[in-house]
Amino acid sequence: MFDIQTQLFEDQDIRFGPIDHEKDPEIEARWTHDSEFMRLMETSPARPMSAAMVKKQYEKLEKQVEEDKNLYHFMIRAKADDRLIGKASIYWIEWTNGNGFLRVGIGAAEDRRKGYGTQALRMLLRFAFAELNLFRVAVTVPEYNEGAAALLQKFGFVQEVCRRKSLERDGCRWDLYLFGLLNDEWRNQARV
Amino acid sequence: MKDLFRGELVRFTMEEPEMRAKAEVRWARDTEFHRLASGYPAQLSSEKKTREWFEKQAEGLKPERYSFCVRTLAEDKYIGFLGLWVDLTHSEAWVGLGIGEREFWSHGYGTDMMKLCLQYAFTELCVERVSLGVHEYNPRAVRSYEKCGFRLEGRTRKDVLREGRYTDSLWMGILRDEWLRMQNGDQK
Repeated sequence: MFDIQTQLFEDQDIRFGPIDHEKDPEIEARWTHDSEFMRLMETSPARPMSAAMVKKQYEKLEKQVEEDKNLYHFMIRAKADDRLIGKASIYWIEWTNGNGFLRVGIGAAEDRRKGYGTQALRMLLRFAFAELNLFRVAVTVPEYNEGAAALLQKFGFVQEVCRRKSLERDGCRWDLYLFGLLNDEWRNQARV
Repeated sequence: MKDLFRGELVRFTMEEPEMRAKAEVRWARDTEFHRLASGYPAQLSSEKKTREWFEKQAEGLKPERYSFCVRTLAEDKYIGFLGLWVDLTHSEAWVGLGIGEREFWSHGYGTDMMKLCLQYAFTELCVERVSLGVHEYNPRAVRSYEKCGFRLEGRTRKDVLREGRYTDSLWMGILRDEWLRMQNGDQK
């Protein structure tokens, strides 16, 4: 069925929306004070940021979206009250090869384990494969982020690469995994 | 102490921007060379633009970026380049290299460049691992990297589209311990 009716940016409990430069910086600044969240999301050193810093980052991000044309960024909001819950993006898109990287984060601890990540990834995959028409997408996951690995496997992602001892955290060296999913694998699977 | 910049066939140098630009512009017109090294579309930049890029690089040396030009020991001919990108936080270096002069392909120059690079990465940059990516359609490079001690760590399926065919990228890595063991083995 040719479905252009089903909204790309709406799922059961959440929706994708644009950045709100007034309200979002303060909330995202709070997330950056949670070092565990930052270390699950980023491999660069975690550091707490002020709302003013986050605001600058948003401006840089929107400039990058406009100029580089290889990045899509969404804010994840609660459908009920439009409250900011997390963020999702497709980055490093290579248009000639038809591939890109995905990233999803649920910011506040109390919003995790409620299925928001699953819904966000479901929307992001449909956007990547049915709107951007990418041929494949990839996600990098540190060994210690077991939740992310489980979520990706639920969607049929295959662990393709294990970069041995690529990260150093808490005095240990950890592997970095790369998961990949192809457009036809996504299209032919039962919907999660 | 060991000479960090001299291998068995090649040495590492840094040429002036004019020289680098001239060579680079000539090498870029060889699309087989480009496609062996890169997954991006081939592109032709002017000598002026290329020189300006090298001049800018010369102005500000960055602690996470190391570039070398490569000359043969026998003829003192400038044949290629090698670059390292260092993740200072996680003590990892990524390496990329190219031999623009085709008559120097398949004669061990690339392997010698990589051996010199590993010595530099592990004894001067002191990283914990060195990583690289290579196209599956470049088996000559894969064999060379294996000779240097790299292990295959996986493949990203069909991530490069060339001539209507989706091909895989291979990802390889070598850890500091593995490299040290190889060095000790060599000396016995």
